[in-house]
Amino acid sequence: MADIIIAGFGGQGVLVLGQMITYSGMIEDKAVSWFPSYGPEQRGGTCNCSVVIADEEIGSPLVTVPTAAIVMNAPSFDRFEPKVGKGGLLIYNSSLINKKSERDDIRAIAVPANEIADELGSARVANMVLLGTFIEATNLIKPESVEKALRAVLSERHHNLIPLNMQALERGRAYQ
Amino acid sequence: MAKTLMKGNEALSEAAIRAGLKAFYGYPITPQNEVPAYMAEHLPLRGGVYLQAESEVSAINMVYGAAGAGVRVMTSSSSPGISLKQEGISYIAAAQLPCVIVNVVRNGPGLGGIQPAQGDYFQAVKGGGHGDYHMIVLAPGNVQEMADLTTLGFDLADKWRNPVMILGDGILGQMMEPVEFAENQEPVNVEKPWATTGAVDREPNIVNSLDIIPEKAEKNMQALLAKYEKIKEEEVRWQEDGTEDADVILVGYGTSARVARSAMELARKEGLKVGLFRPITLWPFPEQRLRELAKPGRKFLAVEMSAGQMIEDVRLAVNGVSPVYLSNRLGGMVPTPEDVLTKTRDIVQGRVN
Repeated sequence: MADIIIAGFGGQGVLVLGQMITYSGMIEDKAVSWFPSYGPEQRGGTCNCSVVIADEEIGSPLVTVPTAAIVMNAPSFDRFEPKVGKGGLLIYNSSLINKKSERDDIRAIAVPANEIADELGSARVANMVLLGTFIEATNLIKPESVEKALRAVLSERHHNLIPLNMQALERGRAYQ
Repeated sequence: MAKTLMKGNEALSEAAIRAGLKAFYGYPITPQNEVPAYMAEHLPLRGGVYLQAESEVSAINMVYGAAGAGVRVMTSSSSPGISLKQEGISYIAAAQLPCVIVNVVRNGPGLGGIQPAQGDYFQAVKGGGHGDYHMIVLAPGNVQEMADLTTLGFDLADKWRNPVMILGDGILGQMMEPVEFAENQEPVNVEKPWATTGAVDREPNIVNSLDIIPEKAEKNMQALLAKYEKIKEEEVRWQEDGTEDADVILVGYGTSARVARSAMELARKEGLKVGLFRPITLWPFPEQRLRELAKPGRKFLAVEMSAGQMIEDVRLAVNGVSPVYLSNRLGGMVPTPEDVLTKTRDIVQGRVN
């Protein structure tokens, strides 16, 4: 059971990251839901999504007290770091967030996701780096499920990008 | 077919096409835009017509025409757009034509905002347009039901020659969940001898809502009301969980029912006896079952994203036997399970009147 918030700038792959977790959960036969913030959003503005993974029927799909939060930019860190429930997990993109969590009742993991993505040759896989950290820290979904989800979600002509995405996932798993 | 991850708006669109949809007429508005987008992409390739009208008023009148010609037809909008369609819906109800109208509700009144709400309950279940009429109103509680109730909606519309509304909200439209469609589902084909299909070797059919002679109009109204009574007898649907020994029964539909379910689970962990009653048909409302559940000592809590609308039907149903309280949020704010739990505790401990 996990109530997850993923947040960042529009264009960072926040919604897709949420969908990858959701899709992977579905592949593992869990109950899953994904709900995006859909205000007057725009590229470069902030956006977030709620993902719920459960063993049984999901009640509210809107996450208010996350058991895990993945934040990709500083405004999202400020907004969601205080909301993570006690004993929860915070994964943040230290390439763009130059601060540390003061809380001692959550586990916080800093991941230089943009730097790692740049090393791999594509800034666009920063979200997959953070997903790697997430799956390793939570054991919620298996890496194989993520690969299956990528195959299902990406159209055939983009399947050549799957190895790069899986590489990013592996790099992220090392940060704990 | 294997499960696939879809938005509620997409799932209901796919279900409509599989149900034999032949025409979709719409006009864009958030948060239902995935419906016309899906229809534009898929419907023309699968034997139907997709048309973006110049306004909602135009779209609903196109629905009126296509329904009169006997084809499965649908329109979709969100609250302000649905208000614009009310005149046409009244005409369609008077002419006794089948169609499906989707309302992915956003917060109002007026232009309001684009966030999820349930403030169109009265409009949907009490008429909405002018005159004495009802739509059958179905309230999905998840993405699978957005699909399944749309399929059912087309069947009920044809069976009763009556407009059917799918009453969703911004969350149900925008959220993604796994959804599964039946293999080799064949649309139910209903004979429509009344339809205006071209009067070859038969008398012309006339589809009209004009009823200018009072004596005849009253008779027609009585026939319409008799149909509504039969719908009430045959089509009431609901779901309940843990109501048998409940001290407090939470009543909610759609997204509110999901929040209520989470609240119920939290309450049970505290040892409170809490049940959940979820109307699936909002009209006809499951009033008889609620009446059976009402008893002295048992309390009801209506959970809404509106200012206290469905609660009126709950109160009419329990008819003073049990008190009925309200837990709600407005303006596009979604109630949290903790909000509902707090109110439930207050009720159990007698802190509310």
